[in-house]
Amino acid sequence: MYQLIKQIIKTGIKTDAAPLPDETLRVTAQRLHEEILHVFGSALNIRHVDAGSCNGCELEIHALSNAYYNIEGLGIKFVASPRHADMLLVTGPVSRHMVTALRRTFDATPEPRLVVAIGECACNGGIFCTNDGSPDGGGESYASCGRVANVIPVDVVVGGCPPTPTAILQGILTAVSAQK
Amino acid sequence: MPINHPNLHLTQLAGAIPAWSGKIKPDDLQPICRNVHDGGGRLVALWGSDDREQGNGYALHIALVNEAGLICLSVPLPAGQPAYPDISSIFPVANRMQRAAYDLLGIYAHEGRDHRKWLRHGAWHGGSFPLRKDFDPAPSRTDDADSYPFVQVEGQGVHEIAVGPVHAGTIEPGHFRFSVVGEKMLRLEERFGYTHKGIEKRFESMSLQQGEKLAGRVSGDSTVAYAWAYAMAAESIAAVTPPDRALWLRALFLERERIANHLGDLGYLGNDVALSFGFTQFWILKEQVLRNNGALFGHRYLMDSIIPGGVAADLAEPGKRTLFEECSLLEREVRVLRGIYEEHAGVQDRFIGAGRIEPRLAAQLGLCGLAGRASSQAWDTRVQFPCAPYDQLDVQMATYRNGDVAARVIVRFDELFESLRLQREILARLMPGGQLSLPLEKLPALGFGAGMVEGWRGEVLVAIHTDKDGNLARVHPHDPSWQNWPALEHAIMGNIVPDFPLINKSFNLSYSGQDL
Ligand code: SF4
Repeated sequence: MYQLIKQIIKTGIKTDAAPLPDETLRVTAQRLHEEILHVFGSALNIRHVDAGSCNGCELEIHALSNAYYNIEGLGIKFVASPRHADMLLVTGPVSRHMVTALRRTFDATPEPRLVVAIGECACNGGIFCTNDGSPDGGGESYASCGRVANVIPVDVVVGGCPPTPTAILQGILTAVSAQK
Repeated sequence: MPINHPNLHLTQLAGAIPAWSGKIKPDDLQPICRNVHDGGGRLVALWGSDDREQGNGYALHIALVNEAGLICLSVPLPAGQPAYPDISSIFPVANRMQRAAYDLLGIYAHEGRDHRKWLRHGAWHGGSFPLRKDFDPAPSRTDDADSYPFVQVEGQGVHEIAVGPVHAGTIEPGHFRFSVVGEKMLRLEERFGYTHKGIEKRFESMSLQQGEKLAGRVSGDSTVAYAWAYAMAAESIAAVTPPDRALWLRALFLERERIANHLGDLGYLGNDVALSFGFTQFWILKEQVLRNNGALFGHRYLMDSIIPGGVAADLAEPGKRTLFEECSLLEREVRVLRGIYEEHAGVQDRFIGAGRIEPRLAAQLGLCGLAGRASSQAWDTRVQFPCAPYDQLDVQMATYRNGDVAARVIVRFDELFESLRLQREILARLMPGGQLSLPLEKLPALGFGAGMVEGWRGEVLVAIHTDKDGNLARVHPHDPSWQNWPALEHAIMGNIVPDFPLINKSFNLSYSGQDL
């Protein structure tokens, strides 16, 4: 026990300052009212859904919980059930085999719900899909439906392969901050 | 010759590891597999290809490994009836691979005992096969509700718990069907394929360079291992050897990937037994490794750092100093944390005896990688087939007998220290200057090559076949999780349900890597 406590004291506090919201990540008009944001207060529950990612984006979502980003310190918590969630964090191109599970998870999340698409794949299908050449891509394949927005409505997208924890945090904060 | 059999003529492949290839008739498949099995060899991978454009039918390919090296065999199959003798009775691990080969290509095992689909759910019709060259996605599409016959356990008081595909934590999707009595797990059946996103088909429309990027995204936590195995396969076909500096840097990247993943897992294993202190501490260390990767090589997980013919990231002298300091820090801190884990009665009580795979069962199942080594399966590609620069590094393999969660933790600690030692050694030998890559634009026509790399989880294999223009005709990436997932079904038997997350984490297998 002595060693353990000594190690905790020696480690000290490592947490970095949180990033500011970034309006350019927003893809839809804000669907939330000021009051609701007020209700969310400084507590936000997130349910993560891997809809077919390579697991790279998950690594960075895990990193959000480390002492440097300390996401729980901001009042943001990952929860086990969509029924407890205010926000879905969705990664990956949506594989056709995950469409039903993703839709059901979305339906089980109480309104008002926010959806943040994490990573290049979630934004436009990424490397796994042939893009059709249109400006926002969204390509499909026999096994994949492409971007998350092809399956459920998305509020904020965060690109990057994988996006850094800071970028993910910024996306989350953008989604919960009222539109200017 | 790595195997002796009258009907087998092998040609040695050029490249970094000892590898051979050969063609055999379907009738010789079982005897040869049995021969390799009886000699202590294993099945690494099984895949198929559509060779009709070359005037043939289909082909089954298997990669076997014994103490001589990697043996890749092709079995041509007629287009009309592409069937081959079942090998899952010799190598149980072949079961899911054979089923996947049917789902994707329509080649099948005669007398196979399990004909359930594996990678196909409801996205395309059972009679259409995505890896056939004439596959047309539009008419094959269905939105059929998916049904899958799980094996039922009968008996008084037995009930089922169905978990997934969306799990409670931040992990990849898959389905677990438990049959339990009270808290005790009698049986687990896994069902995967949820993240199947058509990776193998996607390779076929890509250039060599794009394929490298895709290989690095088969399983994000093993990007270096896949990227290296892909490059190794391409370099084997082209018979080129990357410059020395590139090889040393690749080994540095691979060990850093192992360090980062082992740190992360050790943290989560603490967390899963309610010691969140472990998570906090190990993830501080992991984050430092990732930040150094980002600052020195431009990517926190080193994606796209390896290219065919060499590497795309370099290390300057000041960077070396940073990494030496990192080594000292990690060695110091991990030693303290290991002491805390080992002396914590609550932690050890949960670790010891949980999720055990006896060495004999491990051998039967072909368990590989770090989980295999924790059950006495002494295979480590870096030791048995040391490609440059491992041939100069004398890697010490970590093995343990007990095969429980505690053993998998011990192997992780030992490998972590060994990787730190290797990192020091690599840094000391990495001389300034020297080329980073050779030009490798295109591959020769109708070539075949394979690369195998010991990733942090186990051996990662990538096989490449080129067509008559030297384009990628077929690329098969193989994850060690194919071998180890079935073992998890055995490991949990008799344990209690609340220990499942811990046991599962102690393996930490890939979904995306096996779903493809
Ligand atoms: S964005 Fe990159 S890291 Fe994330 S799932 Fe896609 S390929 Fe993997």
